[in-house]
Amino acid sequence: MVFGVILAGGTGSRMGNASKPKQYLMLGDKPVIIHTVEKFFIHNAFEKIIVLCPKQWVEDTKDLVKKYIPGSQGHVEVLEGGMTRNETIMNSITYIEENYGLDDSTVIVTHDSVRPFLTYRIIEENIKYGLKYGAVDTVVPATDTIVESPDGAVASSVPDRRRMYQGQTPQTFNAKKLKGLYLSLNDEEKETLTDACKIFVLRGEDVHLVQGETFNIKITYPYDLRVAESLVQEQAGKNDN
Amino acid sequence: MKYMPGTYISLAGMERGMLNTVYRLVAPRRFEVCFNNIDLSSGQAVVRPARLSICHADQRYYQGLRPAEVLGQKLPMALIHEGAGYVVYDPSGTFPYGTEVVMVPNTPVEYDSVIAENYLRSSRFRASGYDGFMQENVALALDRLVPLAPSTDKAVAAFTELVSVSVHAMRRFGRAAHSRRRVTGIWGDGNLGYITALVSKAMFPGTKLYIFGTDREKLSRFSFAEETFLVADIPEDISVDHAFECVGGSASQKAVNQIIGCIEPEGTISLLGVSEYPVPVNTRMVLEKGLHIQGSSRSGREDFLETIALYKKYPWLARYLGNIVGTEIEVHTTEDIVKAFETDIQMGMGKTIMVWNQ
Repeated sequence: MVFGVILAGGTGSRMGNASKPKQYLMLGDKPVIIHTVEKFFIHNAFEKIIVLCPKQWVEDTKDLVKKYIPGSQGHVEVLEGGMTRNETIMNSITYIEENYGLDDSTVIVTHDSVRPFLTYRIIEENIKYGLKYGAVDTVVPATDTIVESPDGAVASSVPDRRRMYQGQTPQTFNAKKLKGLYLSLNDEEKETLTDACKIFVLRGEDVHLVQGETFNIKITYPYDLRVAESLVQEQAGKNDN
Repeated sequence: MKYMPGTYISLAGMERGMLNTVYRLVAPRRFEVCFNNIDLSSGQAVVRPARLSICHADQRYYQGLRPAEVLGQKLPMALIHEGAGYVVYDPSGTFPYGTEVVMVPNTPVEYDSVIAENYLRSSRFRASGYDGFMQENVALALDRLVPLAPSTDKAVAAFTELVSVSVHAMRRFGRAAHSRRRVTGIWGDGNLGYITALVSKAMFPGTKLYIFGTDREKLSRFSFAEETFLVADIPEDISVDHAFECVGGSASQKAVNQIIGCIEPEGTISLLGVSEYPVPVNTRMVLEKGLHIQGSSRSGREDFLETIALYKKYPWLARYLGNIVGTEIEVHTTEDIVKAFETDIQMGMGKTIMVWNQ
């Protein structure tokens, strides 16, 4: 079974002075998170789409899904997220385990709610390779050179950019394996996690790469929302269909 | 859903909907990614393109061969009007998920009991002033989808639109031409000539086919035709009862007037080749012979249904059509799209198919 897991746990601390978390801001005529959920909704592979959001936004999110995607009742489940990204993913796995059971073919396609521009192909390849390899990351070749500096003052290394990629989402996992590996980490290891793929990397497990898209942007800063707005407004052109 | 008289298809009101990636030609040889909306509550189905086939019309935009004012008026626009895919969303439940379909590019906005949908001036046509199929997903009215038999060759499915254009012309020929149909002449040894000749064999098996072309190699591909001739070397005693002009472009004039010379009195000439410029025609001889000249362009839903029925009835038809699949190119990125169009330019004959994985 394949599940869509939309991560909407962030409270948007980086999003300027906006009072709402960034995933609830309007992009065109509907909230960012709805655009994202729709991309999963039309894909037939998902047994269920699980949306995880801050506790105080659970009811609002249910209302929004009902309002904007009328045909989705019963197919989209809104749950409370955890304190960290990985705790949020674990909440989704717990839900799946309780309602469907976990087996070796249970796969979760996790995705940032603030990346509404992902494509059908990216979802399709995540599912395909997720079922085959058990761990998938969506990436694009790095365009900026990465500079490493543990103290933030002096560069300690400058890795060869040609070997660097920027991580996007979706990230797709065999749910049972992810859970097992996550529980095997100690607190110190957990603190170094900025994303879920690192859980596999820390334990020496292969993570298969899927090509992302440069336009699969994450709406993090007010500037990103302006960019996203301009992309969406192109629809007003003469070739709208 | 049946396409019933009075069933109007709405193209408006798409301002709400799911984000959808569109790959538009913004200037000759330059594609850019942009986004439109697919309204999931509009009643339209959503099709994921699987294979898209490049047509001469697409190339004329891609290479900037249309007049500057036409390019200025129509671009940016997603190209491609020949394509097949599978249904990913259909709120009506008519097409189960995964149903393989051909997409009909002609999009009528009104019904007319006399005039065919592809001749209504109000109809919109994909990749001609209206976004074509180079999209992540395509939203279409249900009657713009024609289901394919699962056994259909996937590459042939992709250019079924072109086959339906020949079927459309042949159906009109069947209604218009007089009943003496001993020999039909096909002018043009390219893809359209090949397809039209095959469709003639399927729909009018008792009629002999003479093929007229300029390239000995290309003519040799018409193994099913009774005779082939080089246009520079046609024996004097050769004549045809009816003719199809599948040449187009700058050679149209020569082809049309050669047909007028070769055809028997009261024959029907079907014009299928597109020319950018007006073509002088020997009207004196048209009058003297009492010829019937019939223009034919594009196709409609009924022609697609007829085409699919022919595939089913004559399995050899799809096998012959498979012969003109020139190359299949996996398309993952915008650069791959450019590669496919450039490869297509280099091809002497055969269709270039993009295996769409955008």
